Amino acid sequence: MFSTRNFNRSKPILFILILFPSLLWAYQFVTGNLGVNPIEKLMDELGLMALRLIIITLMITSLSNIKTLKSIVVLRRMIGLFAFYYVCLHFSTYIVLDHFLDMKFIIQDIIKRPFITFGFISFLFLIPLASTSTNNMIKRLGFKLWKKIHYLIYPVAILASMHFYVLVRADKTEPVIYMGIIILLLLHRIFKRLTRPQLAQ
Amino acid sequence: MKILGSEITPYNTYLNRRKFIKGSLASAMLATVTSSAFANHESDPSVYSKNLNENDKLNSYEEITTYNNFYEFGTHKKHPHLNSGNFKTRPWTIKIDGLVKKPQTFDLEKILSNVTIEDRVYRLRCVEAWSMVIPWQGFQLSELIKMAEPFSSAKYVQFVTVFRPEEMPGQQKRTIIWPYREGLRMDEAMNPLTILATGLYGHEMPNQNGAPIRLVVPWKYGFKSIKSIVEIRFLDTQPETSWETLAPWEYGFYANVNPNVNHPRWSQGTERRIGEFKRRETLMFNGYEKEVAHLYKDLDLTKFY
Repeated sequence: MFSTRNFNRSKPILFILILFPSLLWAYQFVTGNLGVNPIEKLMDELGLMALRLIIITLMITSLSNIKTLKSIVVLRRMIGLFAFYYVCLHFSTYIVLDHFLDMKFIIQDIIKRPFITFGFISFLFLIPLASTSTNNMIKRLGFKLWKKIHYLIYPVAILASMHFYVLVRADKTEPVIYMGIIILLLLHRIFKRLTRPQLAQ
Repeated sequence: MKILGSEITPYNTYLNRRKFIKGSLASAMLATVTSSAFANHESDPSVYSKNLNENDKLNSYEEITTYNNFYEFGTHKKHPHLNSGNFKTRPWTIKIDGLVKKPQTFDLEKILSNVTIEDRVYRLRCVEAWSMVIPWQGFQLSELIKMAEPFSSAKYVQFVTVFRPEEMPGQQKRTIIWPYREGLRMDEAMNPLTILATGLYGHEMPNQNGAPIRLVVPWKYGFKSIKSIVEIRFLDTQPETSWETLAPWEYGFYANVNPNVNHPRWSQGTERRIGEFKRRETLMFNGYEKEVAHLYKDLDLTKFY
């Protein structure tokens, strides 16, 4: 059931499912159905979706340690690229719709406001990840270097959740839940590292 | 000190105008159960439009009542609209205490029978960098202060929101230290722009907007305009206020709208007027500079933000 072939087969469905929200929000935005403050709503939804997808890619790696779920890792690249897609939409909503390409203002905003700084760095770190997500790139860089580059997903996830945490004015429950999940997933990796060499002996 | 005629319509202008907004059945039903002492009146939105500045347009009733910051009902903008249905606003009393001749508790109906309800169309600027234009009905806070007879030693006024976690689901969680508290300096409280509002668009104040009675201080960020007030205290020292207590590096006691003093999370230089696409420049004191700038002539506004 959890064979590589089946995971590969599920890809087109997953593709549509993950793409769908962006199309829906775009449609709702254009038709004036995103509520009273549509630009804010669009930015929030896109950002939250991106954060969730980033966390899912981390989860996939952890799940793939379970023997029967080993093949789930074939879904990781697509979901990671979708995370980048949503981050790009989130960022361009901020630049184009929220601030109307007022670059002077935007640059000041990025420098002065910690939560925007976190979000921006997170976005920058995602660029090398997304641009090396092809089989060809893995070959060209070599798996070791490629893997090193892809460790950037950890600062990306931490900064993205901090971006959300600082944004919330009161009741930080939701961002804390996301941070908690990220920390658990990172602890799982550290634990694996620490125990693996002993097993090898 | 004068208030611009363009911003206020005398109540008399349409005391007898009793048109329902869009003939809404809900408002009609509401009106039948409304005690006359609540002194609200339905009216034609075009009446308010006459009192607008050139650059301002009224926000719709729907915008004003479905996009609110009222954490007592939840932290999302739509929560107050969705979660405030069980909130009971009658009977309602306001306790007056502190440095007053005679501390006492007033029935809201009694207060309202002693004041003049007027229309005030004000801009509301949220610290989160969005804004609206709202037609309120209410009376000058100064009228209530005169009824309360504070001593001359009273330099500040503190306001307290009702605490009823069973009716206000947001209060079941300690997002802020309940009950919500706000405060004004006495001269700010006495300023003719400062009102206690009991209605908007000619309707009874909707629960999500701070029923049955709330403060409106149009030159300050929205969080100063405390909702559902049950207690007013007169003090000789500056009172603690909720947001300042929670994050003093972000929110000050004064909280005057000021495009030149940035907030760590939001640039205050621009704002999005709800309903508009492009941001607009934020005005000093939210455009009420002429009326209130004199209150702060000796104050360093970057320090006392």
